[in-house]
Amino acid sequence: MTEPGLYQILFISAALFFIGVYGFLTRRNLITMLMSVELILNSVNLNFIAFNKYLWPGRMDGLFFAVFIVAIAAAEAAVAIAIIINLYRSHKSIDVKNAEELKY
Amino acid sequence: MPNATTIALIPLLPLAGFLLLGLFGRTAFKNSAGIIGTLLLLASTVLAVYTAYDYFTNSSVDFYRREVPLQLTWLRFSENLSIDMGILLDPISVMMIVVVTFVSLMVHIYSLGYMKGEERYPTYYAFLSLFTFSMLGLVLSSNLFQMYIFWELVGVSSFLLIGFYYNKPSAVSAAKKAFIVTRFADLGFLIGILVLSFYSGTLDFNTLIARLTSPESSELKTAVTSSFLGISGLSWALVLIFIGGAGKSAMFPLHIWLPDAMEGPTPVSALIHAATMVVAGVYLVARLFPIFAISAPAVLEFVGWIGAISAIIAAIIACTQTDIKRVLAYSTMSQIGFMMFALGVSKYGGEEGLGYTASMFHLFTHAMFKALLFLGAGAVIHYVHSNEIKDMGGLRKKLPITHITFLIACLAIAGVPPFAGFFSKEEILLAAYENNTPIYWIALITSGLTAFYMFRLYFGIFWSKPSHLSQMPIHSGERAGGEVHKGEGGFAMMLPLILLAIGAAAAGFIPFGKYVSSDGTPLETKFHLVFSVAPVVLGLTGIFTAMWLYKKQNTRPDKLAASLNGFYKTAYNKFYIDEVYLFITKKILFNLVGKPAAWFDKNVVDGLINFTGNTTQILSGKIKKIQSGKVQQYAIYFLAGVIGLALLFIYVWK
Amino acid sequence: MNLLLIILIPLLTAVAVLLSRNKQQVKWISFAGAIAQLTLSLVLFFAFRNERAAGNTAQMLFEQNHPLFPAWNINFHLGVDGISVAMILLTSFVLIAGVLVSWNIEKMTKEFYFLLILLALGAFGFFISLDLFVLFFFLEISVIPKYLLIGIWGSGKKEYSANKLALMLMGGSALILVGILGLYFSSGRSFDLLQLSKLNISTSTQHVIFPLLFVGFGVFTALFPFHTWVPDGHSSAPTAGSMFLAGISMKLGGYGCLRVATYLLPEGAKEYASIIIVLSAIAILYGAFATMMQKDLKYINAYSSVSHVGFSLLGIAMLTQTAMTGAVMQMVSHGVMTALFFAVIGMIYDRTHTRMVGDMGGLMKVMPFITTVLFIVGLCSLGLPGLSGFVAEMTVFVGSWENADAFHRIATIAAAASIVVTAVYILRAIGQTAMGPIKAEYLQLKDATWNERLAAIILVAGIVAIGVAPFWLNDLLKPAIEVIMSKIAGK
Repeated sequence: MTEPGLYQILFISAALFFIGVYGFLTRRNLITMLMSVELILNSVNLNFIAFNKYLWPGRMDGLFFAVFIVAIAAAEAAVAIAIIINLYRSHKSIDVKNAEELKY
Repeated sequence: MPNATTIALIPLLPLAGFLLLGLFGRTAFKNSAGIIGTLLLLASTVLAVYTAYDYFTNSSVDFYRREVPLQLTWLRFSENLSIDMGILLDPISVMMIVVVTFVSLMVHIYSLGYMKGEERYPTYYAFLSLFTFSMLGLVLSSNLFQMYIFWELVGVSSFLLIGFYYNKPSAVSAAKKAFIVTRFADLGFLIGILVLSFYSGTLDFNTLIARLTSPESSELKTAVTSSFLGISGLSWALVLIFIGGAGKSAMFPLHIWLPDAMEGPTPVSALIHAATMVVAGVYLVARLFPIFAISAPAVLEFVGWIGAISAIIAAIIACTQTDIKRVLAYSTMSQIGFMMFALGVSKYGGEEGLGYTASMFHLFTHAMFKALLFLGAGAVIHYVHSNEIKDMGGLRKKLPITHITFLIACLAIAGVPPFAGFFSKEEILLAAYENNTPIYWIALITSGLTAFYMFRLYFGIFWSKPSHLSQMPIHSGERAGGEVHKGEGGFAMMLPLILLAIGAAAAGFIPFGKYVSSDGTPLETKFHLVFSVAPVVLGLTGIFTAMWLYKKQNTRPDKLAASLNGFYKTAYNKFYIDEVYLFITKKILFNLVGKPAAWFDKNVVDGLINFTGNTTQILSGKIKKIQSGKVQQYAIYFLAGVIGLALLFIYVWK
Repeated sequence: MNLLLIILIPLLTAVAVLLSRNKQQVKWISFAGAIAQLTLSLVLFFAFRNERAAGNTAQMLFEQNHPLFPAWNINFHLGVDGISVAMILLTSFVLIAGVLVSWNIEKMTKEFYFLLILLALGAFGFFISLDLFVLFFFLEISVIPKYLLIGIWGSGKKEYSANKLALMLMGGSALILVGILGLYFSSGRSFDLLQLSKLNISTSTQHVIFPLLFVGFGVFTALFPFHTWVPDGHSSAPTAGSMFLAGISMKLGGYGCLRVATYLLPEGAKEYASIIIVLSAIAILYGAFATMMQKDLKYINAYSSVSHVGFSLLGIAMLTQTAMTGAVMQMVSHGVMTALFFAVIGMIYDRTHTRMVGDMGGLMKVMPFITTVLFIVGLCSLGLPGLSGFVAEMTVFVGSWENADAFHRIATIAAAASIVVTAVYILRAIGQTAMGPIKAEYLQLKDATWNERLAAIILVAGIVAIGVAPFWLNDLLKPAIEVIMSKIAGK
């Protein structure tokens, strides 16, 4: 068995990305949608790491970015869950339809 | 020579009267308005007569001089084109100021009795003063545009006076009709002025005439050579100006307003619609006569034919009308037709210019006897409270002075010697005979008809069988202010009748040709006894026919009418000219132009604007839906956008 | 004479109105302000005449120039010539009459008067500014009050009308703005009218910018086919609103067409003159025919305004000295006349509570004063000599006739033919309202009150002053028009 190359990793990351997009577009539950967003972010992370490793092995930029994104994702999840909880308090539901009112 | 101020005062005094009575009449001069107006006009008349006397007797200077004692620039358009307010004195304007002030004074005095007790008595005098001012201004104008200005003012005062009984719908519509028809004609006048001023480069009468009559002037050459639709520019200008004159003078086919204008108070009809305003058209043609005669004889002939046609048509219609004021109105139209074709058959200068003199002479005598006829008719109406002949009859005992004066006027208009109309009409016929035979024959027939219908009127009113209305000894009428009155209406009403009767009887002996002629050299008017025979005989025939038919109540008139059934009906309905106009205005202008224009504006033009507004609204409504608030929808747009951009960058902009 | 006063007095009045406590105060302060403004305008007029008589031949008098935003070369540049003085006089006449006829406004009196004065302020500023940016600024100031005046105090379908008016005028403004910016950038960054007039802007640029500016200002002055805000706007507006709208606001457009579009872009004017002539001749005749079919007094006057204002545009597009003088005269004359007309309509409406001519009749019996004024204004509208309309129209006709080709001739004749149609609709309107038998329910009506009388008398005085003695107006306008003409002639 050969070691997986850049292509294989990019393939996985792309798959992960579209799974995330699909989930984001089809799920009505806000938590699930949040999870899908996380998937998308992680697919990006994978890309960063893979490019860093295979294209510029001597540098750390990609890894820094990945760490940065993990940190942001954590913060984002915190904010998003806070919003979701508030939504749940007012509507007793975390369906995305309820968020439509926000446009007004 | 009276100085400019004196002459300027002649029109300005009535203007002062108008302002005074118009502004304060209702409050301050409720009862004295008539006296004030009359006194102001009396002063004006004295000045006018003095001016005329001075003008014609001061023989140290050229007799026919055209004097411009006063000229103020009112509105300057360009270097040499300006509207000036000036005074032009020449024989015809001097004659006219005398006629206008005199007749107006008579009407003022007459109205003291006739309009007494009217609710709007001061307003009436204010309007009369306004009219007199405008008419005098028109007559004295030294500038073509100035004349147009006063022309319009005359029109509006006529409108105000016809509509004086403003709560009578017929009076209101008559007033509107008069104004609009003459306005239509004035449009021609206006365009004519524009054309003429363009070619001659001036609006001043003296310069205008000088430039457009001398054969070597460059203005005349361009005016004659330029052409539009095959007719020279000058001819167009003169025809258009004549249309203006024809409107004011009620020439066929613009005469339809005149009979309706009789809705106004009778003294007003006497002043405006008989003696003064309606001859403005004749005056206008006379004013520009040298241009007509020297530079555009074809147009002058056209003028002559219009005059002749109007004269005969009006005379035929007059024979069938039953409203006495309408008969008089048609007779006015017919007489003005006489004046008009007299100008038309005239030439410039010398013996050939007889028509011009005759026309002015007839204008002068006509003013006398027609004013008299109207005022007499007014006295009758005042007594009977009806305009219809059938309500009258046998009044000669009841109204003796009116009867005599009316008879004098009828004899004058019928051309019976030695009354005034005989002399002027003889001259006209002579001029026509010498220059245009067909017109002469028309004129001859018309003068016979004139005698007939005038005496039909006379016998119908004063002889015939008395009707119930004319028998009632005392009337309490509304028409003359609700006063109970007896007899002929007092001194104020009789004095003008008598004075005018003297005028109508004696004015013919004035040696008119000595004073007024086309080129400014005295014209010796000769009388050819032989020539006079035909018209006089015809006139007498007319009179006796009328006597036979109408002196005693009988069935002959009805039989006659029945035997001429179709023709009589057509004439009675004024040849259906009114209906033709009604068709054109109501059906064509209102329904085919006005309504579509209003519809077009509301639906197409405004529709386009609203369409733009609505489209924007609908579009924005559509766009609004994109922002649905659905996060996932936004994500799809985003994704689609990203993919689209990616494809673009990958495949299009490599 | 400091021109700042001309905008300062309305500004102070407006502020004072805002600070005042009760309705009585509001009215009297506005009235005092309007009188002060009228006096000031007359002082300006005489000062201007004296300067001219003393031989001051500068194009603009009483100039002052303060930098406002130097980075963009925007200056607060003021100055007047004869045309501006005439327009300022007109505006102050209409202002005082407007204040007087609104005397009995009950709803939000303070705001109403504030907006009226603000509108006038915009107009005054517009007429004295010589910097296009400032000019545009004042133009916009005068638009918003109109919207509010109609939207709040109007009647009928007021929201629709207010929206339509504001949107169409804003559309016009947008075109003007684009045009002004075009001038700015094609002239090396200058907004100054006098500087711009000295530059030679290339013919092709002029051909592009001219239509923008002319149509933009044309919307304000009811250029066919952008006139449809006029009937709706007028019919919904309160009396004073209509007076201002027709008397002042439409003149802003005419003034702009002349001063900005035609003066600065003579080549463009020559290029498009024939189109404008056609449009304005259509507006004149077609407006008159459309008027003939109206039954509401306000619609009658609104459509007749379209027709009358057409004379101004026609006069401008004829590009002759006389016609252009006539065009400005027509603006002044129509301003006073139409304001008076609307005032009279308002007075009648206040009493009869209808504006339909068919429902009235015989009003002369109960309100002699009002109907007399109605007669005067009607006769002025149909061009009776001795009143202002005649002078203006005749000057336009004579000037138009100076163009000797068939096209101009036909346009002139078409325009002249409208005087007959005008007579028809004016006499119909007057005949049906003032004359004829009176209805029993109108017998109790009262004649004009003191404020209405005063307003009417002031405006009638204006009409008669022009009509009887047009020479002063002619002399006032002549030098200013000559400057424009020499620019057009390319000297």
